[in-house]
Amino acid sequence: MKFTFSWLKEHLRTDAPAKDVAHALTMLGLEVEGMADRGKGLEPFVVARVIEAKQHPNADRLRVCRVDTGSGEVQVVCGAPNARTGMKGVFAPAGSYIPGTKVDLKKGVIRGVESNGMLVSEREMGLSDEHEGIIDLPADAPVGASYAKYAGFDDPVFEVKLTPNRADCLGIAGIARDLAAAGIGTVITPAVATLPGRFKSPLDLQLQLPAGQENACPLFLGRYIRGVKNGPSPDWLKRKLEAVGLRPISALVDITNYVTLDRDRPLHVFDADKVAKGIRVRFGRAGEKLLALNGKTYALTDSMTVIADEAKALGLGGIIGGEETGCTESTTNVFVEAALFDPKRTALTGRALSIDSDARHRFERGVDPEFTAPGIELATKLVMELCGGEPSEVVIAGRVPDWRRTIHLRQSRIMALGGIDVPAARAGAILTSLGFKAVPKGDGFDVDPPSWRADIEGEADLVEEVVRVEGYDHIEAVPMPAPAVTPEPVLTPAQRRVGLVKRLLAERGIMEAVTWSFMSRAHSQKFGGGQPALALANPISADLDQMRPSILPNLLQAAQRNADRGSPDLALFEVGPVYAGDRPQDQSMHATVVRRGNNAPRHWDAKPRPVDAFDAKADAMAVLSLCGVPLGNLQVEAKPPAWYHPGRAGVLRLGPNVLASFGELHPRVLKALDVEGPAVGCEVNLTLLPLPKAKASRARPLLKASPFQPVVRDFAFVVDDTIAAEQLVRAARGADKALIAEVGVFDRFSGGALAPGKKSIAIAVTLQPTEATLSEAEIEAVAAKVVAQVAKATGGVLRG
Amino acid sequence: MSETRTTTTSAVRSLLLGLSPQQRQSTDSIYTEVFGRSVDTEQELLRIQNQIGAALSQDEIEKLRIELVGARGHANTARRKIASITALEDKKAIGPVLNGIFQEIESSLVQRKRELEESQLNRSLNDERVDVTLPARPESQGKLHPISQTIDEIVAIFGAMDFKVAEGPDIEDDFHNFTALNIPPEHPARQMMDTFYLAEKPDGSRPVLRTHTSPVQVRTMMSQKPPIRIIVPGRTYRSDSDMTHTPMFHQVEGLVIDKTTHMGHLKGCLADFCRAFFEVPDVPVRFRPSFFPFVEPGAEMDIGCSRKGGELKIGAGDDWLEILGCGMVHPKVLRYCNLDPAEYQGFAFGMGIERVAMLKYGIPDLRTFYEADLRWLKHYGFTGLEAPSLVRGLVAQ
Repeated sequence: MKFTFSWLKEHLRTDAPAKDVAHALTMLGLEVEGMADRGKGLEPFVVARVIEAKQHPNADRLRVCRVDTGSGEVQVVCGAPNARTGMKGVFAPAGSYIPGTKVDLKKGVIRGVESNGMLVSEREMGLSDEHEGIIDLPADAPVGASYAKYAGFDDPVFEVKLTPNRADCLGIAGIARDLAAAGIGTVITPAVATLPGRFKSPLDLQLQLPAGQENACPLFLGRYIRGVKNGPSPDWLKRKLEAVGLRPISALVDITNYVTLDRDRPLHVFDADKVAKGIRVRFGRAGEKLLALNGKTYALTDSMTVIADEAKALGLGGIIGGEETGCTESTTNVFVEAALFDPKRTALTGRALSIDSDARHRFERGVDPEFTAPGIELATKLVMELCGGEPSEVVIAGRVPDWRRTIHLRQSRIMALGGIDVPAARAGAILTSLGFKAVPKGDGFDVDPPSWRADIEGEADLVEEVVRVEGYDHIEAVPMPAPAVTPEPVLTPAQRRVGLVKRLLAERGIMEAVTWSFMSRAHSQKFGGGQPALALANPISADLDQMRPSILPNLLQAAQRNADRGSPDLALFEVGPVYAGDRPQDQSMHATVVRRGNNAPRHWDAKPRPVDAFDAKADAMAVLSLCGVPLGNLQVEAKPPAWYHPGRAGVLRLGPNVLASFGELHPRVLKALDVEGPAVGCEVNLTLLPLPKAKASRARPLLKASPFQPVVRDFAFVVDDTIAAEQLVRAARGADKALIAEVGVFDRFSGGALAPGKKSIAIAVTLQPTEATLSEAEIEAVAAKVVAQVAKATGGVLRG
Repeated sequence: MSETRTTTTSAVRSLLLGLSPQQRQSTDSIYTEVFGRSVDTEQELLRIQNQIGAALSQDEIEKLRIELVGARGHANTARRKIASITALEDKKAIGPVLNGIFQEIESSLVQRKRELEESQLNRSLNDERVDVTLPARPESQGKLHPISQTIDEIVAIFGAMDFKVAEGPDIEDDFHNFTALNIPPEHPARQMMDTFYLAEKPDGSRPVLRTHTSPVQVRTMMSQKPPIRIIVPGRTYRSDSDMTHTPMFHQVEGLVIDKTTHMGHLKGCLADFCRAFFEVPDVPVRFRPSFFPFVEPGAEMDIGCSRKGGELKIGAGDDWLEILGCGMVHPKVLRYCNLDPAEYQGFAFGMGIERVAMLKYGIPDLRTFYEADLRWLKHYGFTGLEAPSLVRGLVAQ
């Protein structure tokens, strides 16, 4: 909502400077987003008179002018075709900055003749693109006066960001009312006089809405004005509209815009000669179309309120008028419309057709139902003043819907809710100044909101009215009462885990990324997603049209983008949501890592190697370990999801739950994502991880550190290629659960002297005695058990 | 190598001088027998010591040790000779002299052995020299995304005010995202946020991607008895994409419900938050009336800033910066959540996480948050160890 200070002052008598008004508006909840000073940079420009303009002696197209600047006479060489003796224009002295050409004006000699300044065009002043000639001012323009002041540019333009509830402030009169309530001046909005009609309107008015849906347009007022002469508006009106960014069109159109801005009362003016018989308000018909004033054609439906005549649709009620019945230069008889339209229907129609008009903006927020009749009177007055003509009697269809209601405000609620004690007298005065009727009753007031405040629904709204006018500034800030008991943890164990996992992965040298929760359907399908239920109905783009089933594709693509920028070796992680369905329980939290390229940069001491499944497995295990998953109980299975390399990936299972997957990505999937390998990744489903058990005590079991030296024995077994290392390790570990503390794999090879289809796995078995140092015989006995167990479980034989 | 000696040590010399000429002769004769040639004891000792001093390896030393003082060496041969001296007085005089001499030899051997060890170590230390200016083995440094860090900071501050963290689903239904928050279908506020919809379900409903974290207010009020103090950091979605909007962003919602919390508490709580978060103790804050369908009265909070010279500085200044929207929970919302507005009241607020992160950390462009550009993450990210805490400080210096 834009308005000039002088326009505001037509509704508000105040001595407050613009800055104070702006501050008061913001603190009332009418946030001033900007205040434009259109006179800025135009200070040097003054109104001047050309005393004499004569031909330049050395140039056909130039004239030498003697100019009266009000503070002396100067000589100016001017190239404008319209420079002539006696005219008034705008003069810039040498030394001025010319905004349109972005140069500092210097004294000069042009073809041998001295020039001490410039007579300027609108373009040179930066006002418009007009450059046909220099500005030609009316004869009564005062010589020597500041041009900015003369043109009204010294009048600041306020731009207020209105919240949707304050429909009443979509008119300048409403803004003045709020300011007056806050003590910034007195409301002086002129009353609207009723003009008697001189004849009966030849056009009639019928509301043809189905029963039960009359609220689509409960009230419609019209007035025929005959014998008008349309043309350009007078300067005062043009300037007002231009100052707030509207283009003046013609007096009849400008009047409707003026009343809309001044009083928040949208109007429409039909060329009455183009209307057949009368105005009908009805719903749209199948196949019906409207060519609107914006030049676009719209298909109408039976849920849209249509203004029509006997033959055709003339406009969309509360939204936009039709081109065919619009006013032109030749319009002589008009029919002025002031009506009420249902906010909901207006909003839905406007949204369906994507029409943003000033009328829709106001009707969908709700206009003052009681200002319908005054609106048509104000319009009539202006039409008669600017275009002449003779008004008919006002034609009325429908009636003003009932808006009256009483809300009780308990005085104590102002403090209890608003946190500020506003005395009853003051509260009553505030409400009254805003146009409410506040009658003391019982423990507070019975309050009747005014017709223009449809947003006031209950006691809390009244508290806001009182407190906002009193000033939120005056509410005393109170610290939050401290917790009464020893604070409980802020985070649940699951939430805490998410934070720890992020910090763990960062400390493992991995960068955290945050990527979209959606991705392309094609990519999501490659990762087990793509369900129709998770498709976005209105995606922002085709590659972001499906909720993600996995974070891997996003990270893989991010890794590739970084590779393309010259960082081929990198690791990224994201801890975030993935979606298996549209129910809350279908969302889970995944910790996902992608590593690409080599495991390390090149270094003088070590040769980097490509990342592999075991890097990814290490990441997954680190996350699981941090989350307290008993790693010893995990089962590793070489059955990865389809998007992994079938032979170089696996899953980590705890009981029936697959907690994590890891490994090399499938080359076909990488190709589909346009990602170059090597690339590995892991995904840990944090939501599935068991939560730590609630324990009665934080005490840990007693540490039993054996005083006896542990013994390490190495074994190398030859097994079939199909035997998983894990099987062999488990067998060895099971050989003597009391003595064997650890089994590690330290070597693995195939080929060489080994038979085809065989491989060698070497393990180191750590024996930890607890009773006494082991004798050689005891060690041998355990070793024999290990060999036997491994042979039994895997068919492995000790390599000779 | 040690320098060649010209005289024996004074101890041996005084022992020799203490001998009678005859005893001296016996001594020499013992030596003559031991070495198999005629020697002067003192001269011989000198010769041996110089020989030891000239030894160049541990092996040479060892050979000399065996020859001179080993089990079958000269020392023991000499001792046996002394044993055969019959004159007790001579034995008493000559014995110590010989012992002194061999002690002298032994200590020369030990000293030379040490000297050789020392020079060998020095030689090998020199050989083991490396160029310590070569770079250390690389370790990649991961960083936490500023969004994670900022959320942790916010949680630390509100946690100190006894707020708990609550969560809810990203895919919401109409009731939780709109209706229960007093946003009916045709409400203009629905235009304020362009909503992402999922496919229509068989029952005609359409799930939405939550447009704010406020649905978690509803979920919490419906599942938990007051008093309630929660904050809800999380992902939110609006179908908007330009310089200053991304289709996904993060918000933190706050909700307090009890019987007495009023706008004074709202002001106190959020002003305290801003001071702690921006780490500017005297940052001015301003509350002004605003409108959100789910609060009444509603407000927006600004913090003081200065934009002198095109640089935004948070703190005292002549300008204001909008930080968040807030207000007292609307009675209709309480009713939707089965709480009686006559009994319960409280406040709610919502704040953009990227926005406050940008302000605090001087990050200029919203869209860069989601590009996963390593250079950006490295520059704006935080190490895993910089966990914010009110006790240790929000951010490591």
